[in-house]
Amino acid sequence: MSVDLVNQIITGLLTGLVYSLLALGLSVIFGVVRVVNFAHGEMTALAMYGAWALSTYLDLDPLVGMPVVVVVMFAAGYLLQRGLVDSFVGKPEHMQFILMVSLAIIMVNSSLLGFGPDAHGIQVSYGFDTYEVGPLLIDKVRLLAAGASLAISLMLMAFFRLTLMGKAIRACADNLVGAKVIGLDVKRLYAVTFGIGTACVGAAGALLSMLIDVMPPTGPELTLLAFIIVIVGGLGSMTGALLGGMLIGVSEVLAGYFLMPSMKSMFSFAILILVLVLRPQGLLGAKR
Amino acid sequence: MSESRSPIINRRGFVAAGAAGAVALGMGGSIGRARAAQPVKVGLLLPLSGSLAREGQSCKRGAEVTPALLADLGMPVQLMIADTETNIDTARTRAEKLIADGAQVLIGAFESAQTLAVAQVCEQRGVPLVINIAAAPNITEQGFKTVFRNFPTAPRLVGEGLSLMKDLFKASGVTPSKAVFMHNNDTFGSAMAGAVGKIFPTLDMPFAIAETISYDGAARDLAVEVGKAKATGADLLILVAHGEDSIKVIREMVKQRFEPKAIVSPGSPGMYEVQFYKTLGKYADYSMTNLPWINPKSKMSQALLAAFAKAYPDALFEMNVGYTFEAILIAADAAKRAGSPEPKALLEVLPATNITDHVMIGGAITFDAKGQNNNTRSATIQNFGGKPLVVLPAEAAEAKPVFPVPGWQQRG
Repeated sequence: MSVDLVNQIITGLLTGLVYSLLALGLSVIFGVVRVVNFAHGEMTALAMYGAWALSTYLDLDPLVGMPVVVVVMFAAGYLLQRGLVDSFVGKPEHMQFILMVSLAIIMVNSSLLGFGPDAHGIQVSYGFDTYEVGPLLIDKVRLLAAGASLAISLMLMAFFRLTLMGKAIRACADNLVGAKVIGLDVKRLYAVTFGIGTACVGAAGALLSMLIDVMPPTGPELTLLAFIIVIVGGLGSMTGALLGGMLIGVSEVLAGYFLMPSMKSMFSFAILILVLVLRPQGLLGAKR
Repeated sequence: MSESRSPIINRRGFVAAGAAGAVALGMGGSIGRARAAQPVKVGLLLPLSGSLAREGQSCKRGAEVTPALLADLGMPVQLMIADTETNIDTARTRAEKLIADGAQVLIGAFESAQTLAVAQVCEQRGVPLVINIAAAPNITEQGFKTVFRNFPTAPRLVGEGLSLMKDLFKASGVTPSKAVFMHNNDTFGSAMAGAVGKIFPTLDMPFAIAETISYDGAARDLAVEVGKAKATGADLLILVAHGEDSIKVIREMVKQRFEPKAIVSPGSPGMYEVQFYKTLGKYADYSMTNLPWINPKSKMSQALLAAFAKAYPDALFEMNVGYTFEAILIAADAAKRAGSPEPKALLEVLPATNITDHVMIGGAITFDAKGQNNNTRSATIQNFGGKPLVVLPAEAAEAKPVFPVPGWQQRG
């Protein structure tokens, strides 16, 4: 295997890890609240704008500004669930779809109004740095973003497995009636879950802002990407989202390297179709 | 950061220059009389949002300073600006809407696919379309009677772009051995790639193209594309890109330490735009683009520059501005010669356009039977300190070309 190819696979793996965090939020929200967030990418784009604003006006590195973005996005998600989405929980899917798509359209146009059509990118002082490991060149920004993404993903998994609130949320997801019978405040837990999902979006947005520029059309692209990842990994599965992200990241690189770079996205869709045909529940999703 | 050069000529000077030019080309009588003519309603279609927003906004800036300058020449213009949203269907519907709202001539639309859609509308409605920027050759190969393009076709752009590379090697005494060709796979990029494939073998170029890499300009990053280019071992990168993707390419080149002798575009936007300089800083320097450029020695371009610098002190005065100005100039000149701004009258006189005093490098603006201006000329511009300077041809050069360029780590 050539050094160039190994370099590219590492790049794909690192990028895929950041994608995973983005998809994790979608998977968490669907897994518990049973609402498919069609505004997921648009929320990510807003988080990217937030990271950009913190970097531009307060000179905060996206890694430093990320906690601020995460807290704001958690609050926004919590309030959105309590104020709007909650009344659509359990309603027919087409109603949820229209609600979330409407929100997505409002977000895209708001960002167009607020930030204009131009791309907004963050220039960090180490933006062009690479680590040299033998013959390999590892992009510093990607490595930091992927490391942060992996750490946040593991913390999130630990939260759901080890904390009382995490277990309560899982109880809501596994057996809603049972959760209500034992007296869990389901509405609050749903809002917390939605908040956690949007907080993931906030973290992913802050990290992505180091890798790609944000502009209004970025949102819908990221929504599509998140859907591909969670469907490949398994909707509702957190480890599936992690695996799906890395798989899509690496497959895009391999498709670009061995076939044609302009076929990168097409290859992701091909994997999606393959998974839907051979294993509709996703690679790590449970059969329902 | 101000990218504009200092004003050299004011509006009064512009009138004198314009009048002199007009006399020379036989339209002086009407300018001399300078009567209050009826303004021609110009519908300007540009991608003001979407992926080409940056370029569209640049064209718009050029358009917005134009009416005052042309009014001084007795050529009143009323602009009606519409956003195509970088979308072909939107371009088509906005063209219909502009015509319905009374536009007597349309100008646009920066990108070839959108322009083609607008051309079809204009042909159906009998309204002239003056193309400011769009290079796909098929636009003027379809027998349209209402389309006039003051911009080189992709083959012409590429032919001149490649020829200028030979001039560069000759001037520097260094010749690369192998090139890799990367291009955006949109309509413009594909047309340029087609032209390179066709023209390159005919020009006896002193290097071979090791590989052609087509990429999606909207891709989130171009790491694998650049990695693939680096793997070819090429010592020259030929790049056809737009603003966004040219930044992505250079960013990855720095990270992956891909250091060819030069990065040269045979005629695409991207590497001379303000955002390119702002985002890449020192890494933007020394990139070269071979393309039609503003003639720094034309009095009309100096006047346009003065007006532009006053209106937009932080914006770059570049090709998009010049060609959009010229497209409006062509429409206004036609209205003046026709004595009427009505579409039918404009269509009668547009084929006989002959404007010798204008802003871009090249001969008089005239149109052949297909509505194509064949008198455009390209120059080589190279970035120095966040500014594009003409380095070739020698007679128009503002600086000497630097080739091979310094490595990424050898810059400031």
